Formats: sequence, C-alpha cells, structure tokens
Amino acid sequence: MNTAALNSSMKWRYFKQNLFFGVVRLSALLIALALGGLLVYIVVHGYEALSWDFLILPPTDAMTKGGIMPAIIGTICLTLGAISVALPLGLMSAIYLSEYAKQGPGVRIIRIGVNCLAGVPSIVFGLFGLGLFVVFLQFGSCIASGALTLGFLILPTIIGASEEALKAVPATFREASLALGVSKWQTIYRIVLPNALPGILTGSILGIGRAAGETAPIMFTAAAFYTVQLPSSIFDEVMALPFHIYVLATAGTHIEETRPIQYGTVLVLVGLVLGVDLIAILIRSYIRKKKRW
Amino acid sequence: MIIKTRNVNFYYGGFKALTDISMDFEKSQVTALIGPSGCGKSTLLRLLNRMNDLIDGTRVEGEVIFEGKNIYHPGIDPVDIRRRIGMVFQKPNPFPKSIFNNITYGPNLTGMNNRGDLEGLVEWSLKQAVLWDEVKDILGQSAMMLSGGQQQRLCIARALAMKPDVLLMDEPTSALDPISTAKIEELIQDLKKRYTIIIVTHNMQQAARVSDMTGFFYLGKLIEYNETETIFTKPNVKHTEDYITGRFG
Repeated sequence: MNTAALNSSMKWRYFKQNLFFGVVRLSALLIALALGGLLVYIVVHGYEALSWDFLILPPTDAMTKGGIMPAIIGTICLTLGAISVALPLGLMSAIYLSEYAKQGPGVRIIRIGVNCLAGVPSIVFGLFGLGLFVVFLQFGSCIASGALTLGFLILPTIIGASEEALKAVPATFREASLALGVSKWQTIYRIVLPNALPGILTGSILGIGRAAGETAPIMFTAAAFYTVQLPSSIFDEVMALPFHIYVLATAGTHIEETRPIQYGTVLVLVGLVLGVDLIAILIRSYIRKKKRW
Repeated sequence: MIIKTRNVNFYYGGFKALTDISMDFEKSQVTALIGPSGCGKSTLLRLLNRMNDLIDGTRVEGEVIFEGKNIYHPGIDPVDIRRRIGMVFQKPNPFPKSIFNNITYGPNLTGMNNRGDLEGLVEWSLKQAVLWDEVKDILGQSAMMLSGGQQQRLCIARALAMKPDVLLMDEPTSALDPISTAKIEELIQDLKKRYTIIIVTHNMQQAARVSDMTGFFYLGKLIEYNETETIFTKPNVKHTEDYITGRFG
C-alpha cells in the first residue's frame, strides 16, 4: 500500500471512530437533557406554590387551597412501612439465595421469580394488595395494606441489591473465618453482613425512593381522596403525594384552578425522592472511599 | 502420628482429583507437599480440615483420621475440626478490621471475652508469628495497611490464636517477596516445635529448606512420600527425580 492510500484509509477509520463517539455522546446528552428539562419544568411551575404553609397545612376549600401536609405524612408512613416489611424479608431471602442455598434448578427458579416480580406492572401489585390485604384479610384501605403492597413491590429491588452486595464480599474473607473454626452463621453475621451493609443500604434507599413515588399500588389499598385527619394507627387511611397529584389532575372539579397546587405537590414529591436517592449516592461514595480491599 | 489418610479418593463432580491417597503425617514435623499445578496437593491439604466441604458437588471416599477419629464421620462437626486444624492461605487474607480484632475475632466467638485474656493472647500470638515488635504500637490500626509479608504473618498469628494442633499452609509465600518469604520460612522452623505443619509449596528449594518429610504428587496420585533428604538426594522413584531436577514440571 502506498502512503496516499494508507493516509486515506486512516482518515476513513478516524472518521468512523469520531462518528461513533459522536453518536454515543449524543445519546448520553439526550438523557441528561430529558432529566434536566423535566426538573427545570417542574421547578419553574411548582416554585410559586411552595411556601411554608403549603408544607404544614392541610388542604382547604375542596382542595383548591391550603397545603399538602397530610399527603406528606401519609407518604412518609407508607414508605417507612414498606421498607420495614421489605428490608428484613428481602435481606433474609438474599442471604438464603447467596449464602445457604445449593446452587441448582431450585435456586434458579426462585431467582427467575424474583426477576419476574420486578417486571410486574405496579397496578397488578395494587390489585393483588386489594384482593389479599384489603378484602381477604379485611385490613380495609389503610397504611398497613398500602405498606405491605408497596413492600412487595420493592422486594425484588432489595433482594437484588442485597444479593449483589453479599456477593461482592470477597470469598477469601469467608474462607478465612471458616478456617478458624467459626460457624457459617457467625461468619455471615460477623464478616459478610458488615462488609455488605453499604451495598444493602444503598439498594434499600433506592427502594424507598421507588415506594414513595408509586401511585397504582396504593390507589386501592391505602390512599384517601381527602382526609384532614392524620393517621393514629396503621389501620387508618391516609392521603399520599402521588395519589393526591393524580386526584387533583384528573378527578377534581377544579382541575384548572388547582394547577399551581399540582405542580407544587409534584415538586415536593420529586424533591423527596431525589433527596432520598442523593442520600444513597452519598453513602455509597463515602463507603467506596473507605473501602480497602 | 497425628493425621493419617487412608485410601482417600476425591471428586470435583465427575473429575477425580485424588486417587487412593494413604499418608501419615507426623506430630511436630513439617511435611511438604510438592508437585506440578493441578496435581492435587492443595486439594489434599484442604481435605485435612474439611475446607473442601465449602465447594458444591465434591465427594470424598476413604478416611482422614485425626487423633484416632475419622473427620468425615457423619457425627463429626467440621467447625470443631477447623478449630483444631488451622489454615493459612496462599494470598494473605486479613479481615478489614484492626490488627487486634483480627487476632481476637476467632477466640471471641468461641467464648473468650475477658479483655485482659484477649490482650495477652494477642501479644502471645503476634510474638509466635514474629510480628509483635513491628506492630505492637499500632494494634488499633487496620490490618489492610500492613505489607503483604506482615499480613501473612498476621494470618499465621490469627490461626495460632485458636491454639490449633496442626497448621495447614497452602503456598503461604507464593504472593510474597524474597525477604518476607525468608521470614516466614524461619518462622515455620520455629513453629514446628509446638505445631504439626503441613505445607503445600511450588518452590522446591522451600520444601528442601523447611520440611522434614516430603510427598510428591502427580495427576492426583502420591508418587513418593519420604524423608525430605531422601527425596532431594536419592529419590526411589525415577519420576520424582525427573521432577525435582527440573526435567519436567
């Protein structure tokens, strides 16, 4: 090949490389733009509705005025309830799957089941919760039913994250502990779990974010259209942020009038979820810095 | 004689890794297991404290007799066996804890809780492993900050803190520099007064330097088991001679 031909072939190769890099860069940019655009839009529209009163007062005047305090409280109750159901159950399942279960067809089926559960539409969880907790167990529409339903919804997230975290603990740690004549459970409890904790926490916090934002699972199981009363037990109905948005935007009689409140509520919900995710990110980066193996 | 194996066969699934191994390990001696990669020497070592139990799909035939009892008898708890037969691994594997807590981890879980006793044990173990002078002022610091050689000696100290009778070492110096290696070899010489040591090594000079008895393995079979001096000067089997003189390997 002579120099000219070589040059032109190199140019062509560089062109292809640049083209490809350009395309991937553009895709990444698009995602950032979509998220950024969404956030800016919400902040711009919701900013005016935000005030201290908006956060600490209940809705008034047929929900056209006042605040969203009951919905904030309700969402917090539901989310905490969901995580206190899903974390123990999910963590224990993950420990079983990654530490105790003999790897084979049985475990593979359970794992496929968990992954499928993650793909089930949330409205199906809502109907499942309605059937099982509200009707069959006669909890009625309340925090308990909603939290259990949300708990099942985030279970796959927590199992997945916990299993990953457990697997990331080096096998040499387990070996070292077992070789000292320490039992398997003690090894898991004293060596594996502490080292997997950051990953488990991160996964759980992301689960919390997910639970806080879901509407469909709580629609039939926990959320009230309107109640000024704060819950006094887990068998009370509550308002919740996502459902409140849904109601104001679709079912009210003053849809146009309540636009600012809708945007304000969306802003609060998004802020809450992003805040929770941010905590997860901070924990993870803090632990990564401290990690020494 | 502290450990004997009788007609041991070992399988990873369908693969037979050890064939008909019968070996006696003498008390307070260093026994070296040598042979090319994949010959089964590490497998045999891990059989002696039931570490192979941890691998799914493995199977043992024959008997491993420790102090008169077959450790593969269904009534035997592998956890007890591992308490009596400690192990040091190829790569130093301290826990991400302080030096102090690395040593006390095992004893703590087996019921030793008195702070004074534990402090004494830490000092004793680290002295046994000839690490005390280097770390006595930094016991609270993470074991991950030590050098590779120091980490390995810490792992030996950690194993000794359980007061085992036997110490199994799986290529304990293969990840270390020559100076650290020399220190560990010196340590092995010192430790054999109190412990029975069985060491797997790729390094034939090391086997010749530290061991009293040497077993040569090839393709899962024990080819020759003899006094180290005999193995390295006038082995009975031609195959052994070929290996130690480097004619194959």
